[in-house]
Amino acid sequence: MSSEKAKGIIAGAQGNLMTVEFEGIIRQNEVVYLSTGGKNLKGEVIEIDGRKAKVQIFEPTRGVKCGDAVEFTSELLSVELGPGLLQNVYDGLQNPLEKIAEENGYFLPRGVYLAPLDQSKKWDFTPIAKTGDTVSAASYLGRVPEAVIDHKIMVPFGFNGNAKVIEIKPAGSYTINEVIAKLQDESGKITEVTMVQKWPAKFPIKVGTRLFPDKQLFTKCRIVDGPFPVAKGGTFCTPGPFGAGKTVLQHQISKYAETQVVIVVACGERAGEVVEILKEFPHLDDPQTGKKLMDRTCIICNTSSMPVAARESSIYVGTTIAEYYRQMGVDTLLLADSTSRWAQALREMSGRLEEIPGEEAFPAYLASRIAEFYERAGVLKNPAGDTGSLTIGGAVSPAGGNFEEPVTQSTLAVVGCFLGLSRERSDARRFPAIDPLISWSKYLDRFYDEADSETKARIDVVRLAQSMILEGDEIGKKMSVVGEEGVSIDDMVVFLKGEFYDSVFLQQNAFDSIDTSSDRKRQNEQLEVVGEVLRKKFSFQSKEDARKFFLSLSDDLIQLNYIAKETDDYKRKRESILATVRGA
Amino acid sequence: MIKTYNSIEKVKGSIAQVRAEGVKLGELAEIKLRDGRSTLAEVISFSGDKVNLQIYRGTRGVSTGDQTRFLSKPMQVAFGDSLLGRVFNGAGEPVDGGAQVAEEKVEIGGPSFNPSKRIVPKRMIKTNIPMIDMFNTLVRSQKIPIFSIPGEPYNELLARIASQTDADVIVLGGMGLKFDDYEFFYRYFTKTGAMEKTTMFIHTASDPVVECILVPDMALAVAEQFAVKDKNVLVLLTDMTSFADAQKEISISMEMVPSNRGYPGSLYSDLASRYEKAVDIDGSGSITVIAVTTMPGDDVTHPVPDNTGYITEGQFYLHNGAIDPFGSLSRLKQQVMGKVTRKDHGDLANAMIRLYADAKKAKDRESMGFRLSEWDRKLIKYAVMFERDLMDLSVNLDIEEQLDLGWKILSECFAKNEVGLKAEWIEKYGKWK
Repeated sequence: MSSEKAKGIIAGAQGNLMTVEFEGIIRQNEVVYLSTGGKNLKGEVIEIDGRKAKVQIFEPTRGVKCGDAVEFTSELLSVELGPGLLQNVYDGLQNPLEKIAEENGYFLPRGVYLAPLDQSKKWDFTPIAKTGDTVSAASYLGRVPEAVIDHKIMVPFGFNGNAKVIEIKPAGSYTINEVIAKLQDESGKITEVTMVQKWPAKFPIKVGTRLFPDKQLFTKCRIVDGPFPVAKGGTFCTPGPFGAGKTVLQHQISKYAETQVVIVVACGERAGEVVEILKEFPHLDDPQTGKKLMDRTCIICNTSSMPVAARESSIYVGTTIAEYYRQMGVDTLLLADSTSRWAQALREMSGRLEEIPGEEAFPAYLASRIAEFYERAGVLKNPAGDTGSLTIGGAVSPAGGNFEEPVTQSTLAVVGCFLGLSRERSDARRFPAIDPLISWSKYLDRFYDEADSETKARIDVVRLAQSMILEGDEIGKKMSVVGEEGVSIDDMVVFLKGEFYDSVFLQQNAFDSIDTSSDRKRQNEQLEVVGEVLRKKFSFQSKEDARKFFLSLSDDLIQLNYIAKETDDYKRKRESILATVRGA
Repeated sequence: MIKTYNSIEKVKGSIAQVRAEGVKLGELAEIKLRDGRSTLAEVISFSGDKVNLQIYRGTRGVSTGDQTRFLSKPMQVAFGDSLLGRVFNGAGEPVDGGAQVAEEKVEIGGPSFNPSKRIVPKRMIKTNIPMIDMFNTLVRSQKIPIFSIPGEPYNELLARIASQTDADVIVLGGMGLKFDDYEFFYRYFTKTGAMEKTTMFIHTASDPVVECILVPDMALAVAEQFAVKDKNVLVLLTDMTSFADAQKEISISMEMVPSNRGYPGSLYSDLASRYEKAVDIDGSGSITVIAVTTMPGDDVTHPVPDNTGYITEGQFYLHNGAIDPFGSLSRLKQQVMGKVTRKDHGDLANAMIRLYADAKKAKDRESMGFRLSEWDRKLIKYAVMFERDLMDLSVNLDIEEQLDLGWKILSECFAKNEVGLKAEWIEKYGKWK
């Protein structure tokens, strides 16, 4: 590649799509800067044709005129990776929003790009590699403590072949830009390594071997962990109409999931929702580490009023950061809300490029882009032998709440778990509004095969309950047509058992401080009771008796959900419920 | 130096093409028509020296020999206290017969607010309407639409909310309004005295479609200026479906591929970038947006209400002249219920809605001719009182009075142990003798 960087001038403009006449050598998807009115606006090459290139600008383009200068950087859109990512809030191009606010006030000015990582902060570095060690891409060189993570400093992922460590800094405090090691490769070339490295956002980071995702990620949300579990390193999606509680569900999972790092990508949704995380997380305790929730969280925020073009990159920036942590052997969870807005950003750009549209005007490559994104999830064993995982959960906002639309369908084709939220359940105030009649998880059977006896018992109850929910639904439909008189008492009991399981286990009150999260042990204890109830053959005198019995039993168990676990009160109550069931 | 160009090469839809050099995206131009009129236009794209202009007053009557003058500035709106009490059209020209406003000018459609400078909203807006204050509490900086079908009294509701709140400034953006509607707002605000703190941007159905798109931007740009100057601003937008239809009309005439029922793929972003101007600024004023979205065919899955629902923080459903207690929702009510308002507020409101849902079923049973139980009769009595004393839009009570009235209705219809409320609240606020 020539060291001369290409230059160009604006020849045409429509919205944020520019036609640039250039000279020199340029790359597809390289970053460009368009200088207009004293500002440099960041953009990306998306089409090359002869001496003309199409460039999408990530910011508002008002004021651009014919002949404005464009500078090509020959670098792809990259993410800066190093200590200091956690606790941060970035926009879709990895600009730190809090710092921008400090310098620019209330509004987001265009053409302002700040360093994503704190340049002056000193980190306590401890070397892992020694002089003379042979290393390669992603080998550990050292570690620094970052918030809740033992943050590994690694050989840059793009490093080719083996190298010798010819110098490494002793333990001490360094800024991210200080050279902490020198490596000499086989040809004798010396590379200086700092604590920070850049990686192109659209390429996955995957140094090591991929493993099969067979461990469960506990979210402490019962309806997920029970019938529709998610694997560490797996994928799930939560489509639902507006008002069904997608965002509340995602917030719940981001708070309570048993993972080490959470990356929240707020992609084209309400700014108010991000504000809730921003103002809440620094004060909430993380039960796993005893530190604050914000300490394990990084937020990528490109809300609906921020530039649409940067919405596309926000997903990739978030995923790259998540992969970076996975590479150091950390369990990571990425939550994207909402992938539909991301797809719409693709659609807008595709329309401007005059590509032949597919279904609902989405580009033909929509499905492959979605597949590519979810495929970046997975379990990875790195060269040092540590295992990390990246679990991806994407919210989908289907138009009109109709799951037949292209984004939902393309997503369902590639995810391992489908948590479908329905209007019926949210209208009936049954929260979380995940519909047990339509949702599925491919991981349940997978966990069963490898499970210990406790987990097998748990899954057995869940499966039995699921079958009763399905059967109960049929019976319920029948009753709504022919009335209660039209069904047998046995059918009625099945229906009531389904309702009972639904109300005490599947539904969960996110606004109650105890019920909001239910850990594995508590869930197991609960399923034990549920299992006894579902398996027991009751003999009731009348349907009214049956209804009364189940209503009061449900109420008792719901009250139990509000009592703190392992208190005497909890144990007493649980025993008394079990006695009632056995005595009935 | 301002250059003048004497030829228009192409006219299509609301777009005209001129050959010109050095023009900027978003720049304004003035076109002098043959008949002596002139219109503003905006540069929406260019390719080499071919410049596409979107003509605000429409292309009807534009000739190939008309003069185009580029003004080297983007669309701006005048801003200042003298805006209050005035009425403008979508291009920012006064239509109330008053003088031009010659104060500072601000760009419309400015940069978006930094999310990290927002605060969690927790200041209630009192409207004295029970279905809002008590059941779907409005919070400062909320963005919320009124979903309605044509024919419902949505403009009356909007006007009433506006005049009864304590907002410092009201900005009304009217899109596709009938003359009668505009006149109604003007008279209502004048009568209630609210006009003194109101600015109106009005696009009537007979005005050019491009101006319709400008209305929300104008209204929100003005609102934003007031908000950073410490004012609590209430923005009323009616009707956003007309705005979306204008977007559709223009994007189709520009040969953009439509995504759903002819609307452009950018509909969500177009709506969101306007609604998201609602904000509560840390240490300064706020913008609250109440909009009207008429639902074609009462279909909430229609692209406009559907996309709106994903953007806004809840919705008021206007049905048969009343705010529907079931479909309506305020996503921010948890921030104030029982925190800013009385402690029993949340529980009481939930219990009353739950009972009203049961009462609806009892009414169904009654209309189907089933035999009614004692409980059914109680519920039906309750439904009648609930609809008459709380749901009716003419009810005008302070929130404390609303809560007391709620307790009174419960005590007249039910026994203490039938309402499913905490004993503590019943003890403290109940009206049972």
